Amino acid sequence: MKTTSAILVGVGGQGAILTAKVLVNGLMKAGFDVKMSEVHGMSQRGGSVSTQVHWGEKVYSPVIGEGAADLMLAFEKMEAVRYAPFLKPDGIAVINDYAMPSATIAAGLEEYPAGCLEAMQANFRCYTLDAAKIALELGNPKCMNIVLFGAMTKALSLDEIDWEAVIRETVPPKFLDLNLAAYRAGRAAAG
Amino acid sequence: MTTHLLSGNEAIARGAYEAGVKVCSAYPGTPSTEIFESLPQYGDALYCEWAPNEKVATEVAYGAAIGGVRSLCAMKHVGLNVAADPLFTAAYNGVNRGFVIVTADDPSMHSSQNEQDNRRYARAAKVALIEPSDSQECKDFIKEAYRISERFDMPVLLRTTTRVSHSKSLVTFGEREEAEPFAYTRNARKFNCAPANAYRNHPKVERNLAALAEYSNVCPLNRLEMKGTKIGVITASIAYQYAKDVFPEDTSFLKLGLTNPLPMDLIRDFAEKVETLYVIEELEPFMEEQIKAAGIACIGKELVSNMYELNPQRLREMLFGEKPAVKELPVKPASRPPALCPGCPHRGFFYTMSKGKDFVIAGGIGCYTLGANPPLNALDTCICMGGGFSVAMGMAKAFEATGQQKKVFGVVGDSTFFHSGMTGAAEILYNKGRVIPVVLDNHITGMTGHQDNPGSGYTLQGEVAAAIKIEDVLRAYGYEKVIIVDPQDLAAMQRAVDEALASEVPAAIITRRPCLLIKRLKHETGLCVVDPDKCIGCRMCLKVGCPAVMVSGKKSAIDPTQCVGCTVCAQVCPVGAIRRKEEQA
Repeated sequence: MKTTSAILVGVGGQGAILTAKVLVNGLMKAGFDVKMSEVHGMSQRGGSVSTQVHWGEKVYSPVIGEGAADLMLAFEKMEAVRYAPFLKPDGIAVINDYAMPSATIAAGLEEYPAGCLEAMQANFRCYTLDAAKIALELGNPKCMNIVLFGAMTKALSLDEIDWEAVIRETVPPKFLDLNLAAYRAGRAAAG
Repeated sequence: MTTHLLSGNEAIARGAYEAGVKVCSAYPGTPSTEIFESLPQYGDALYCEWAPNEKVATEVAYGAAIGGVRSLCAMKHVGLNVAADPLFTAAYNGVNRGFVIVTADDPSMHSSQNEQDNRRYARAAKVALIEPSDSQECKDFIKEAYRISERFDMPVLLRTTTRVSHSKSLVTFGEREEAEPFAYTRNARKFNCAPANAYRNHPKVERNLAALAEYSNVCPLNRLEMKGTKIGVITASIAYQYAKDVFPEDTSFLKLGLTNPLPMDLIRDFAEKVETLYVIEELEPFMEEQIKAAGIACIGKELVSNMYELNPQRLREMLFGEKPAVKELPVKPASRPPALCPGCPHRGFFYTMSKGKDFVIAGGIGCYTLGANPPLNALDTCICMGGGFSVAMGMAKAFEATGQQKKVFGVVGDSTFFHSGMTGAAEILYNKGRVIPVVLDNHITGMTGHQDNPGSGYTLQGEVAAAIKIEDVLRAYGYEKVIIVDPQDLAAMQRAVDEALASEVPAAIITRRPCLLIKRLKHETGLCVVDPDKCIGCRMCLKVGCPAVMVSGKKSAIDPTQCVGCTVCAQVCPVGAIRRKEEQA
């Protein structure tokens, strides 16, 4: 069996780590060999961040280069464009229809590019959703990451994994109901 | 058997625990930091600490190995430059119990100032070098590292790279083994590096290295994966994982874990068995040069760059010319560089510095390096830890010698002050430097993810400790005027700078305000808002470089999800259009 690679991209502090943790816990339960890669340090200070997850019968490299990801989960749409070269031409992207200006954009030195979502949709099979809005409707903007994760499970085609059970084992009990609702709403939104 | 998903760093900590290690000392540095962050979980089984710098950490750990317990220290690659002095002598003296130094290299400089290849240190210092390629190996190899250290009487360098340290993979645990107790007695001939002893020790070092070179041919860390005879690959560390993904299924591998000294018999045998031999390694041709020097033909750096980290796709392109298929998008993303956080106490200092036209500011390593970025642009140099003070000193002397009128500031953080800023502060005073030393005291080692230091009042375990006061140190040196200022109060910050520059006696500045991300403190946060009727669109507030302040149309706006109400932007607004929102009753 060949290795499958997913890349989770966004801005430092958007909750990609917990999302990757739920994904990895599910993959481990299903018996896959799993490797995960992230970068710490300077890049965390409001910068662009990416986490990679790879699984299969036997995984060697914990990191991929361009043109090698089967799946992308983008927490922010300009970051989807930034990491698009990592996707295989037939890769799938799950994109949050959400814009976060960078410091240079905020300072008026650069402009937020128009047409991020459209460019992704024209080039890749995409699932897009407004996860921020869905999370707000559920009563807590912080569950945006699990809304996105729900949408991602649609694209994963790993239906043998009981993701709700994985969420139950991974998130703190206090936030369980919220996160389960977020997961279901995200899955539904992915169509 | 249960497996655990661990980063290489967490696995090194687990391996040290299983190896019966009892004393551990380190200074934080990406990508090595999490090794020590995951040691306190082993409780009373081992002692662990943050040292003021890597040299101290190495000396503490080496002292423990002389005292009779297995010991560990860890640092980022450039940290070993600081610790090189004790390393080279420890190599001559040897150990009583196992001594392992972890060096975490950073190819591609994700969070570093260079991409030096620390494998060269092992050869220069004449010590064993061990390179794991995933988390399981991190845990298993460090246990073998302690056996090698004791059997061959030498320190062992365990080298990771960012991808080994920060990638997570599955690990099976073992039990802790307690090392045999060692009853300490004085052995000055072994441990006192006086010239006569050093003279006698050198032949011992050569004998031990020769014995280790023999052992390296049978060492279980060096593994032969024989398949076809067409292509053979010699590789180590993370490059092994990349090569496994890239070379054809029937490729044979000589996968090395003990890489100094190299197992030359194994390598020669392997080379004879295959038609074409590749040596695949990240950064420098460390193995390749030695293999070629032994008269063995191989392909390496002719194809594989010695710059930046590899990955399977990059390696495939360099070896076989196969470019990955990538879709070109018509949209280009804007840059998203790291920036000082909203509410960062450093902002007020660098904003004040950015206004001084004849100011020269020498900085160092930490969050405050970000003061160099636009729009603040308030840093001239960043060389190394502690370099802020001493580089400023040299620049000031150069300006004096050439009659250039400049006002020179040396800048270090609180952790950096204890690391190697103190010596620079002594230098400025002793040699009459026309430099204002500034300590940006945010009570924590920020950039590496909030580790405690001798000024923060807590230990690695989170226990209360003596907090050394920076002002007491500076006053004891002879800085008669030490100005302590809240950098978030811009008027006070400006007064502090003016006062220090006008001072007749040696003066220093401490900007003091804790980092907002310190979890154990309760922070007085709030929210600033722009009154659009008052805003004249002059963009002065953008000059503080806060990620929360932006332009919306022609007027300024503040992102309420990012703002913490520090008011630095409000203080620079010429028309009072920004105010901190009153707390709701």
